[in-house]
Amino acid sequence: MSERPEDYRYTKTHEWVAPAENGTVKIGITDHAQSSLGDLVFVELPEVGASFNAGDQIAVVESVKAASDIYSPVAGEVARVNDALEDAPEQVNEDPFGEGWLFELKLESADAADSLLGADEYKQVADADD
Amino acid sequence: MSEQTIFELGQTDRRAFAQAPDTAPPIDDLPETLRRDTALGLPEVSELDTVRHFTRLSQMNFSIDTHFYPLGSCTMKYNPRACNALASLPGFLGRHPLAPASQSQGAMACLYELQAMLTTVTGMAAVSLAPMAGAQGEFSGVAMIKAYHESRGDSERTQILVPEAAHGTNPATAVMCGCEVVELPTDADGDVDIEVLREAVGPKTAGIMLTNPSTVGVFEQDILKIAGIVHDAGGLLYYDGANLNAILGKARPGDMGFDVIHMNLHKTFSTPHGGGGPGSGAIGVGPRLRDFMPIPVVDKTDDNGHDWYHWLTEKDVPYTIGRLSAFMGNTGVLLRAFVYARMLGRDGMTRVAEFATLNSNYLMKRLQDKGFEVAFPSRRASHEFIVTLKNEKQQFGVTAGDFAKRLLDYGFHAPTVYFPMLVPECFLIEPTETESRATLDAFVDAMATIRDEAKTDASMLTNAPFNLPVQRLDEVLAAKRLDLADQSKLARSA
Repeated sequence: MSERPEDYRYTKTHEWVAPAENGTVKIGITDHAQSSLGDLVFVELPEVGASFNAGDQIAVVESVKAASDIYSPVAGEVARVNDALEDAPEQVNEDPFGEGWLFELKLESADAADSLLGADEYKQVADADD
Repeated sequence: MSEQTIFELGQTDRRAFAQAPDTAPPIDDLPETLRRDTALGLPEVSELDTVRHFTRLSQMNFSIDTHFYPLGSCTMKYNPRACNALASLPGFLGRHPLAPASQSQGAMACLYELQAMLTTVTGMAAVSLAPMAGAQGEFSGVAMIKAYHESRGDSERTQILVPEAAHGTNPATAVMCGCEVVELPTDADGDVDIEVLREAVGPKTAGIMLTNPSTVGVFEQDILKIAGIVHDAGGLLYYDGANLNAILGKARPGDMGFDVIHMNLHKTFSTPHGGGGPGSGAIGVGPRLRDFMPIPVVDKTDDNGHDWYHWLTEKDVPYTIGRLSAFMGNTGVLLRAFVYARMLGRDGMTRVAEFATLNSNYLMKRLQDKGFEVAFPSRRASHEFIVTLKNEKQQFGVTAGDFAKRLLDYGFHAPTVYFPMLVPECFLIEPTETESRATLDAFVDAMATIRDEAKTDASMLTNAPFNLPVQRLDEVLAAKRLDLADQSKLARSA
């Protein structure tokens, strides 16, 4: 059973959003997502400073099985990306909710993530997938 | 068993002589300045060593000539030897692509007849054989849709609708043609969700790209309704011919309302492919797109009671999207497809679809009886179907990838794995019409045996293959640190 931090928010497309700190949020993909994708070999991250709407295609993760688009769960401007993934994409597999974060967004509106799924709601999405 | 590269087999300064008379013309008339003054970096091996090396390599191959090859969506059927023999006649092989039409009437007649047969069997208005492969056929199809809208001043139409389960080439094609992709979800039965489609179409809709039967191996039940919705919104319909084998001679994309179709002649018309030969992505068009066809196309006129074949060029097709290569497609492939189509005839083409779907449904039912779960149990399979191994993963901790590797040990090429992505741990299985029931039964037995192994000793799967020249590869390392060239040899020959 996949681990899911209770205080994170989730999307149906398997991204997570960590609680905001100073108006920015960390975003990554869930344990369920990394497990379905298999070993990641490449991560393409957005440009720092670029703006995205909720639902925009913002990054790409490529595994030995397939390349998959990552969608921005909320609207905002890219504040920071996890450069370490360029050389070590396996961090997403090893620690999807921690060291394997993808990028940070400066939120357009502070409560943007509130409408996303809670941990229990996301569990149903992930279980339906299995 | 392993095999060194041919360079490793060589020895510095070893010399070998040709085993046949050297008939190459002398190069005396080549200016001194243009001749190389260092030796070529060729492998230094004898002719016999060369023959043995490549024979050994060929024996390590999995190919349709050696193994059952149920690679879903790839239509790995038998390539009849007659097609090869006839396409290799000296008159075809020796024809120069710049030879005038007066000296190419035989080859052009074959291409013309192939165009005509494909036009009839797909129900379209005309066919161009110019695209060199499936991806180029797709590209020309969407380029024509775009050119059509632009010719009507309808340049706001830039959205291409693509179902979720489509081949990855479809969205890639749309983007290559400067369009925006709008993804459509698939419903529980594997069909396009009609209500979502109704919402998605509008004044920006350029067209929709559909594969029918779809990539989940079922026939799109509401295709006429889909065609109506897209046409009413002003869009056009593109048919991806990946799965044409399932309906050949039984149903025609033209009758379903499609405006353009690409055919993978290397799949449906059985020319060698998948590393065994180049492709051909012939395209068929409806009346609306006829003026936009890629060239050249062969046409026929009457010359004093004789058929005269000639090339249609930019002059004859003024709105053409242009040429896709210097000459006429992969002519050698087109000739093989022509022979195949002529040998089958109209009735034979119908039997292709009948036996392709019969084999597929037989295999699906037998695997179900052995306890394997199919992804769309309520639907009859087309020429292919999907098995999901998610139960095996949960119970025994083995993946579809592990099953695939173990199948190799049993002498079967693995089905397509992990496509389409919307079914977890999936196998997309396409047996084709050219396999016997005994072969299909042997495959079922192997699948059942492998599941028994998963129960008792999962490492038989997770460490497979055991019996092949190359064992389990590190796929992550291969993807991250790809090295295709033997750098030491490159340095020496430079």
